[in-house]
Amino acid sequence: MSQARKERWTAFLILLPSIILLAIFVYGFIAWTARVSMSAWDGIVPDYTWVGFENYNRLFTKAGGVSAIRFRIDLWNTFFFTILFLLGCVVVGMFLAILLDQHVRGEGIFRTAYLFPMSLSFVVTGVVWQWIFAPGAPGRPRGINALLGTLGLEQLQWPWFISTESIGPFHLALIPLIIAAAWQMTGYTMAMYLAGLRGIPEELREAARVDGATEVHIYRSIIMPMLRPITLSALIVLGHISLKIFDLIYTMTGKGPGFVTDVPSIFMFETTFQGNHYAQGAAISIIMLFMVAFVVVPYLVTSLRGEVER
Amino acid sequence: MSARGFNPMRFGIYLLLFLFLMLFLVPVYVMLISSFKSFAEVQDLSRMWLPPKEPTLESFRVAWFGIPEKGLRGLSLNILNSFKLTIPATIISSLLGSMNGYILSKWKFRGANLIFTLMLFGMFIPYQSILIPLTRVIAAIGLGGTIWGLILIHVVYGIPITTLIFRNYYAEVPDEIIEAARIDGAGIFGTYWHVLFPLSLPGFVVVIIWQFTSIWNEFLFAVTILQRPDQQPITVALNNLSGSQIKEWNVVMAGALIAALPTLLLYIILGRFFIRGLLAGSVKG
Repeated sequence: MSQARKERWTAFLILLPSIILLAIFVYGFIAWTARVSMSAWDGIVPDYTWVGFENYNRLFTKAGGVSAIRFRIDLWNTFFFTILFLLGCVVVGMFLAILLDQHVRGEGIFRTAYLFPMSLSFVVTGVVWQWIFAPGAPGRPRGINALLGTLGLEQLQWPWFISTESIGPFHLALIPLIIAAAWQMTGYTMAMYLAGLRGIPEELREAARVDGATEVHIYRSIIMPMLRPITLSALIVLGHISLKIFDLIYTMTGKGPGFVTDVPSIFMFETTFQGNHYAQGAAISIIMLFMVAFVVVPYLVTSLRGEVER
Repeated sequence: MSARGFNPMRFGIYLLLFLFLMLFLVPVYVMLISSFKSFAEVQDLSRMWLPPKEPTLESFRVAWFGIPEKGLRGLSLNILNSFKLTIPATIISSLLGSMNGYILSKWKFRGANLIFTLMLFGMFIPYQSILIPLTRVIAAIGLGGTIWGLILIHVVYGIPITTLIFRNYYAEVPDEIIEAARIDGAGIFGTYWHVLFPLSLPGFVVVIIWQFTSIWNEFLFAVTILQRPDQQPITVALNNLSGSQIKEWNVVMAGALIAALPTLLLYIILGRFFIRGLLAGSVKG
């Protein structure tokens, strides 16, 4: 065996433990879960009797009863949560980055303050925002409602995360959760945009200024288009977090009255580990996997192709 | 733009930045004022947004030691569990990631990129999709309900992100240095040990902060694997504290502060490296 070939084998052998671990713990376990999702396993004792897509059917058709109703609400909740959460993070994050890019004094202090929520656990975030948004009883307002009362804005008081009101399929109870999640993750988009802005050569702006472009114009026609790849990365990273979000909702509200704040991850957790309906839980988790893969796989494949060409 | 005199544009920028600063700090303010209140005062909802009349450390004492006679557990044991879990898991997964990143950036073989992409996918999967087999396997190998099981889990699912960060980091190291070491007769391990490892400190700082923070803050694995309260890490204990029947909000807020402090301090002291890890986590650093 030549020296080079031997070294290639050694290189592969060093990676091998990690490859084997991930092959089992990621791909093997996914296959196992998929198998469970097509079984009759309902109860503590495993039962691998083949039932095909019945568990999926029960999530999507009338035959599922409450499960199907709940899952439909979950999908809508995930949809609205994701859209609004991403929108908030991207818009506010970009805005803050542009503000910070204006050579401001004390930039470090602002940056630190906008970013610190990212270092916290979603559990801490959930606990604190639960206290802030807790509506209190009628006549005994708590949290933001108490603040609104002090400010003489009683008409703005509402039940927040225990509200059962909705606009179409959008449950208003999701709003406090979206605010809490955006509070935690906006710093991430801000940091990414700031890094992007710092990467744009000053000469480019100078040239545009010489040509008589205004600052607003420079941002609109030169800088924003250059930030597009960053927006895409941020959407992928935050999108996959949002599609599977669990801890924040679990601590802050749980499923809420009438499933107003329920999401697939909560449904899966309760079904599997509290209700022992393993096959049903597995089916929910496989659907979650497909939702995330739909967002992430095209991105990973393009990244891989780009690398091979380089 | 003149440096002197009143400039409405500059004023507007600072005003907005300051407003957002206040907004971002609201939860911290609420957490601080509530945790320094007595139980009697925290129950007075008309004072919810006002600072404590007589600041007291009582709620921190209760959050830390608990009230055994009321069945309220303190967090001191759980914070110890979190350290016992986070420190070994962070160290092992960083070392693994370093070796993997080294191979995948400096010793690429055919199919290495495909393997790397398949590894990365593990970073994005919803962990719900592996949770059922995971609980079974961890129990079957005798690690069910133990911190050791959780350490193993964090090491395995930490491989993608630690490998990614180190791979990006080592890509910046010039290939010539590696070539030179090879010409001098150093093999794969020799090159790593004598050339790359000494250059790795900043990379390790980034990965260690990243892993420490994510493992410390993790909840889903911990709540499914660890059922016994005396084994649970701080996130699960805090969740239980806030969900318990005896809801003393001053104690809950003190607990939240205690749970947040280690990662918060890490971020304040080493924020630069934290941000670098953050940016590396966006796949193409």
